[in-house]
This record gives sequence, structure tokens and C-alpha cells, in this order.
Amino acid sequence: MRGVHDRGGWPGAGPIDRAEHHLEDWERRTDAMVQLLSSPKKAVTRVDEIRRAIECLPLDQYEFLSYYEKWTSALETLMIEKGIVTRDEIERKVADLERKERGD
Amino acid sequence: MTGVTATFKPGDPVRVLTGSPPGHIRTPVYIRGKIGRVEALHGMFGNPESLAFGGDGLPKRSLYQVGFPQTELWERYTGSPRDTLYVDIYEHWLELA
Amino acid sequence: MNDHTEHGSEPHAHERHRLSPYARRSEAIAALLIEKGMLTKEELRREMETMARRSPADGARLVARAWVDPAFKSRLAANPKAAAAELGIDATSYAELVIVENTERLHHLVVCTLCSCYPRTLLGIPPDWYKSLPYRSRAVTDPRGVMKEFGLELPDSVEVRVLDSTADMRYLVVPRRPPGTDHLTEEELAQLVTRDSMIGVANPEYSAPAHA
Repeated sequence: MRGVHDRGGWPGAGPIDRAEHHLEDWERRTDAMVQLLSSPKKAVTRVDEIRRAIECLPLDQYEFLSYYEKWTSALETLMIEKGIVTRDEIERKVADLERKERGD
Repeated sequence: MTGVTATFKPGDPVRVLTGSPPGHIRTPVYIRGKIGRVEALHGMFGNPESLAFGGDGLPKRSLYQVGFPQTELWERYTGSPRDTLYVDIYEHWLELA
Repeated sequence: MNDHTEHGSEPHAHERHRLSPYARRSEAIAALLIEKGMLTKEELRREMETMARRSPADGARLVARAWVDPAFKSRLAANPKAAAAELGIDATSYAELVIVENTERLHHLVVCTLCSCYPRTLLGIPPDWYKSLPYRSRAVTDPRGVMKEFGLELPDSVEVRVLDSTADMRYLVVPRRPPGTDHLTEEELAQLVTRDSMIGVANPEYSAPAHA
């Protein structure tokens, strides 16, 4: 039995897509958030916890979500787990941001 | 290296434990049960299996670099017989072979 | 619905990152964390700037210096973070750096099969392919096949040593200095050292400019 993340020798691996993409602002911001929160100074979370949260994703999500989508998902899981935010707060904030974007 | 307690030393043949315990494990499945040789002792580090769940990771564990011949790991390895694979493994995943 | 493509409703791969619904989710989390005092906007901005400044050019300078100065190469192997500091590179972070050197008989290839561990303090953000599932699967089972895709083929007499970064160690490869480069300055040598050669999927190359 292997975890969804345990990819060494995973069967059916094909050629490597060498195309690279410039990180979007939100991806850079997500990266920075994780670095800050897991820094020794802040120690809100640890890199091991982030990894664990990603490893708990179901296989289809693990394979389909992009790198920073997975990190975002992990951040959400951990911030809720630690009681720093609630799912409800996140949903409300997402709705706020959507409204702002629409210019409501 | 002072302050380090280590069971294995460079050159020791070691076997990686088998089994699939739950939790956050940093020993890849492809080396479990395989026999390699200790290349180096990296030092002592917090145990990620505990850190991943908010634990303090203590006591620290010795971390070894262990080398495996590729032909030992993969039935149909097509590279050179000289080729090797080195993995960083925590002490509690190793036993003397 | 405006989806910026001509081919139907699925965004192209390169659009996915920009159009991802996770973008807004991440923004929401950031806003909440700032509201709750876990981070400040300023800290976030500074961290993003720090990250943006890191690039393979830093690693390349270390390699070039190691090529021209054997004493530095020894210091680099013994204490990579201190050696980086000599060149004004801040490589301090919780991760431990390990420098490995390619020789005539030994070639290294670095991977993280379990996630995407990478010597970020020396090379910046890893390329998409390094984090990809096919690379993570095949770097260990078929390193020579992977290298061949990147245009590198080595004889069987060279040991290809794959390093799987499964713990706190982050590996940087010092590739071999190409022949015919004795006359180059350190800066010119650094230009030859590609990111891919410090991961191990490629080797630095030099071809003397043709004379008219």
C-alpha cells in the first residue's frame, strides 16, 4: 500500500513535459505564505504538516491539482485544524472577494 | 560528531524495514525491504512522523544516507550495472543486514 | 463565457494556473491571516521579493568559484552555507545543504520522489518538470532515460547516482567543467553553469566561438 505522494517507480509514467510556466502572483503569494508560516520565527505550522496535509488528498485530486493548488488546499486544512480560521470564514471571504471583483 | 547517538556507521549493510504504517512516512515504498549500504551519517533530526501531526519530533533520530545498487531495486533496470540510488533514511527504518 | 481559448471550454494548461479557483481561495486565506495578525502585508511582500531574487545564478557562481579555486571547493563541500556567504549568498534556512561533485566516473541526478524538495536557497523555485509526477517516478527507475530526454547520454562506465531527497538534506550538483575553458573568466564560467546541470539532467557545455 503506498501513499498517493510516494511516486518513485509509480507505474505508467510517460515522458517529461519540460514546459515551464511563470508563476502567477497568487502562486508566489501562496509560496510566500507557506514560507512565512513555517519559518522558525513564526512557527505557525511546519513543512512536515503541509506535506502531510497534501498526502491526505484523494488520488484524483493529488494528480489533477497543480502544485500551488495543492499547497492552498493544505494551508486551508491546517489553518482550520489549528483553529486559526474556520471553513465558514474562508467561504465568506471568498464570497466577499468575488463581490468586490464584480464591482458589487 | 559530538552528541550524536548512532547505531550504524558508514559501510554497514542495512535492510530497510517493511510494512506500511499509517501517517507521514518519509521512507519511500520502493526501498522497503531492500538491502543497501550506509554511505554517511548526516546527523540527528526531528522525527517527521511526529512533526507532521503537531508533535515535537523528539527524540531526534539519526539520519543516514544509504546507497543501493539500481539492479537491486528494479527488476528490469536498463541502465549501467554501476548505477546506484541513494536515499536519506531515519534510523528507526533500518536494521543491520 | 470568456475562456480565452479557441478550442472549447477547457482552459489550456498554461491558463489553468491563472484562472484557478484556488487563486481566490489562497487570497482569502491570506486576507484572513492578515486580519488575525498571523502575517502582515509587509511581511508577505518582503518574502515574495526575497524569493524573486533567488535564481540559479547564485548556484552557478558557487560552481564557477569551485572550478577555479580548489580551496574554495573544499570549503564549499565542508560547509556550503558558509561558503555561499563568502559570495554574498544567503543560504540560511532550516534545510541542510549537501554539495556533490560530478567526476569522470560519477554523475549525480537529484530528485524528490515524495514531494519537491529542492535547494531553493541556491537555485530559486524549482521548474515545473522537477515537481512533475513523471520525473518523480522515472528519475529513480530510469535516470538515463530521463537524462536522454534532456539531451544527455553517458557511457555505462560512468556511475549514475540518483539522490532522492527524502529528508532535511538538499542536494546541489557541482557539474564537471567543460574542456577548452581554461581561458574563461570566473564570470564567463558561471554563464555556462545551467540550473539543469546543478540538478543533474544536463551538463554544462562550451563551444569556442567560430573565427571569421
